[in-house]
Amino acid sequence: MRVLPCADVGLLVELADLDEVLALYAELVDAPPRGVVDMVPAARTLLLRLDPHRTDAHEVERAVRSVSPRPGARPDAGHLEVPVTYDGEDLAEVGRLTGLGERGVVETHTSQEWTVAFCGFAPGFGYLVGTDDRLHVPRRTTPRTKVPAGAVALAGEFTGVYPRESPGGWQLIGHTTVQPWDLDRDPPALLQPGIRVRFVES
Amino acid sequence: MVSVASEPSPRRVLDVLATGPLTTVQDLGRPGLAALGVGQSGAADAEALRLANRLVGNPEDGAGLEITFGGLEVRGHGGLYVALTGAPCPMTVDGRQVAPYAPEWLPDGATLRLGAPPCGLRSYLAVRGGIDVPPVLGSRATDTLAGLGPSPLGAGDQVPVGVPGAAMPGVDLATVRGPEHGEVRLRVVVGPRDDWFTAAALRALLSEPYEVTAESNRVGMRLAGQALERSRDDELPSEGMVCGALQVPPSGQPTLFLADHPVTGGYPVIAAVVAGDIGLAAQARPGQLLRFTRTTSLEGGRNAHRGTRVD
Repeated sequence: MRVLPCADVGLLVELADLDEVLALYAELVDAPPRGVVDMVPAARTLLLRLDPHRTDAHEVERAVRSVSPRPGARPDAGHLEVPVTYDGEDLAEVGRLTGLGERGVVETHTSQEWTVAFCGFAPGFGYLVGTDDRLHVPRRTTPRTKVPAGAVALAGEFTGVYPRESPGGWQLIGHTTVQPWDLDRDPPALLQPGIRVRFVES
Repeated sequence: MVSVASEPSPRRVLDVLATGPLTTVQDLGRPGLAALGVGQSGAADAEALRLANRLVGNPEDGAGLEITFGGLEVRGHGGLYVALTGAPCPMTVDGRQVAPYAPEWLPDGATLRLGAPPCGLRSYLAVRGGIDVPPVLGSRATDTLAGLGPSPLGAGDQVPVGVPGAAMPGVDLATVRGPEHGEVRLRVVVGPRDDWFTAAALRALLSEPYEVTAESNRVGMRLAGQALERSRDDELPSEGMVCGALQVPPSGQPTLFLADHPVTGGYPVIAAVVAGDIGLAAQARPGQLLRFTRTTSLEGGRNAHRGTRVD
């Protein structure tokens, strides 16, 4: 674990891999160190944003170093089933890249439990990690200028659902009618860190 | 506390006649939602908004207007106290010149006009009672990147004003250091990714001036100066970003993130401006030069409130 400064307003905790990030986040999410106002889990790091009037970097670093995350622990914020129509424009390409074929991609996507590791890119855009690495594919070499809302996609070790129409470079494998982001819902993000997801073919 | 006798009107509203380049509603934003992909947003120069609110007896986190480079014209209804801070625009009430950094009475039906500021970029207009648009996720701030909160104001809009709470503070004039002319000195803490850069890059950042370019907005300010060369060229997995971060894309020209910055970013951050100097950065105009001086995270925190005293 390396702890790096972000001015007087944050600490970036760098960890070996996403599993360690999730384990530390799971440990801190219910009782963040005093003065920490926001936490941003990401692929290899956990950013702790702090209020410099209420704490300082040393105090937060001491608090972070004093917890002992359980290896393999993931935050648990409940379960969700997401119905997907597997008709994405890149489904054939993903089948070829992975060697699984189109049906194999669908079966591998639906047969594992995914966990929302973190959000970013846009409000409600969750990065989900699975337990089976056969679906790891690179981003498209040329991003699309328009990906429709509800598109279900793959990139790197992640799967995700586009919350609104936006540019995007992920490989599209299907779409869902579930709305990942709805301001009239509390919380508005369906796919928040710690949510376990099963994708179901519809 | 009940409202004072001079403010009984049932209809407290600002009619927007003109907005200048960009006027948005801002408060202190939405902290605590970064894990959902929602940034804090809020006033780019938060200390200036806090001061404007204090001048008219609002809570410091009340919503006001953030006016970029003047040009706002509003007609006030109901009789309203207002105060302008940040970039000190010349201002008139029905043609009569009035001063910024002081509470000002806007009689029922009077028109407030702001000219272009002689220095600084962003002005804050607090209205006693606060701007009373419906909050989104606990804040009235417009997040221009995420598309949350009210749309930027346009001519013809009617902006509701809330009912005053606490008593007027009885302050005639706030003595504060206004935005800077010329070079702006900003304190930075080096890191978190200084080890991704050459020693020469770090020396350049801490000794050479960087010019604010026209490609600047509430998300960030693109800077131009000596290119900051990386010592490694692998890809950084996206990671959380803070306001004030100096993120360096492959061009080597840094971007200084402001209030509406993305929650995560994929380029390394060589250094970050301390909280107490973010307001100074947000007031720097295109063409102005920035100079970065090194501090530690603890010294930055101790001086987080400099220059905002109300005497």
